[in-house]
Amino acid sequence: MKEFNFTISDPLGIHARPAGLLAKLIKGYDGTTVTFEKDGKEAKATQLMKLMSLAIKQGDTIKVKVDGGAEGDVASAIEAFLKENL
Amino acid sequence: MITFKGSGVSKGVASGKVCFYQHPASEIVKTAAADLEYEKMRIHDAQMQTIDQLNALADKCREEAGDEAAVLFETHAMFVEDDDFVECIQTTLEDEQCNAEYAVSEAGAQFAAMFAAMDDAYMAARAADIRDVAKRIVNNLMGVADGGIASEEPIILAADDLAPSETVQLDKSKILGFIMRGGSGNSHTAILARTMGIPAICGAGDALKDEYADRVAYIDGETGQVVLDPDEMTYQMLQEKFKKQQEMKELMDTMKGQPDDTLDGVHINVYCNIGSVEDVEAVLTNDGQGIGLFRSEFLYLASEDYPTEEEQFEAYKAVASKMGGKRVIIRTLDIGADKQIDYFDLTKEENPALGLRAIRICLNRPEIFRTQLRALYRASAFGKIAIMFPMITSVWEVKECKRACQKVMAELKAEGIPYNEETEIGIMIETPASIFIANDLAKEVDFFSVGTNDLTQYTLACDRQSNDLGKFFDPHHPAVLRALKMAADAAHANGIWIGICGELGSDLELLPTFLAMGMDELSVSPSKVLPLRAAIRQSIAKTCDLSKLEIV
Repeated sequence: MKEFNFTISDPLGIHARPAGLLAKLIKGYDGTTVTFEKDGKEAKATQLMKLMSLAIKQGDTIKVKVDGGAEGDVASAIEAFLKENL
Repeated sequence: MITFKGSGVSKGVASGKVCFYQHPASEIVKTAAADLEYEKMRIHDAQMQTIDQLNALADKCREEAGDEAAVLFETHAMFVEDDDFVECIQTTLEDEQCNAEYAVSEAGAQFAAMFAAMDDAYMAARAADIRDVAKRIVNNLMGVADGGIASEEPIILAADDLAPSETVQLDKSKILGFIMRGGSGNSHTAILARTMGIPAICGAGDALKDEYADRVAYIDGETGQVVLDPDEMTYQMLQEKFKKQQEMKELMDTMKGQPDDTLDGVHINVYCNIGSVEDVEAVLTNDGQGIGLFRSEFLYLASEDYPTEEEQFEAYKAVASKMGGKRVIIRTLDIGADKQIDYFDLTKEENPALGLRAIRICLNRPEIFRTQLRALYRASAFGKIAIMFPMITSVWEVKECKRACQKVMAELKAEGIPYNEETEIGIMIETPASIFIANDLAKEVDFFSVGTNDLTQYTLACDRQSNDLGKFFDPHHPAVLRALKMAADAAHANGIWIGICGELGSDLELLPTFLAMGMDELSVSPSKVLPLRAAIRQSIAKTCDLSKLEIV
């Protein structure tokens, strides 16, 4: 399993659009689970509504966990996406 | 041959299959499921159908409006198969042993409530997205077409009457004309038809029978006549009209690109009235030189909750950029009276036209006003936007509106968000009070725009919604025309410009009167631009007089 922390700098945080794009990105990797954690609450990247309900906003630090399959590739793809969009 | 008549409210002839408007699912009734497996299968099919529709919408959107808007529909498609949402539907179905429709709408309501309860304004607004998605699935379960039209080819739309919230959601590319059982020349369907430049007939009553669905009808929006299975003579006559309409259209097309100047060189701005972002297409097709009235109500009518700043900003920005630097006058929220919106929770009034409406609501509820003004000023960085306030009766109201604008500009400045400081501010002249104090009001603003429908209503004490006032409701009344002259004189004495954005602006019989008053702008339905231009280009301003103001 790979883990990293990321601090959100986008003013709106992980709102509908980036959450949708993230889900789309991860769909391409079968067998890999991506989980976001904020304040002890978790949501998988595929659980779009749950992920949005974490209300991840500007200034929040989240923990990203990538497990199974091509976890190395997925972790770097996600990190790149977060840096670029959030 | 079957023929019947209503009143023609938008000119032109059209023929096509009759298609009845399908009201979107409103009330979901809970019933016991006979076979749970069957209900599960129905849900699965409806989900797949919804995903296909949303992806098709995303593709269409990507072509027309770009990636940004398309992603929203793709996200909605993901909501449809969201694990937790699907699980919630299944659990509801099993626990309640109910029908698919109820399970989906319950699950939608639960998730919407969860978002609505979040204390982040953006997230709370996502409740509307969830409700929208659930509604799409339910519509598919119930076999109700999205946009109310169950046809792939263009049709003639038939209905009892259409509510404002229904007209804004119609897929307008599929409509050749309208036949309504109810309604009048002032109803929203009539206004929409005139904007689109297609024929419409209102008040056809019970003569419009359900069994006419799918049959080919010929409609004439001038005479109000509807014909099914025409005999040879009628058919020839209709063909003749089609041909004339086509020739007229070609003649009018020669007006495109011509300046709106009289023979003696007086220029007048010919702008358009629009009611939604899509209407801009009609403005561009008809070569309108700007937008003289953008009714912002559609944003509020089409939505189930207060539209967010972001949603409004996107709409205003879209119109401003599509018009490419030409003036776009956006009127702030004008609801109340004939346009009610549930979530505003307005108290029912005995005389809504004289009640809490338009600017009065905005000044009483500064938060709603602020959201709209912020969206307007943010959009002002993307084109030439002007802001117009409706239903003004006093100078203090204008001063308060301007203070609200100043406040919003200061906020944006502090946040580093671009806006145009020089954004023009104007008011609607539509009350007798505003006529009497026009000289004082003119000192406060950059322009006047006369709403002739309301000005006529208030000046002549005639309810514009009432059908039977007939000859008493006379927009050509010398009192109304003299009021216009007073407003024009006050505007010009103070060095500001004045226009007309009411129905009267396209009344060619009054064009000489308007030229004599020195009106600077006429804002009309997009379909009226070219005929008006043709008339202006044949006029000689210096020979026009004010004889219509006299009582004969």
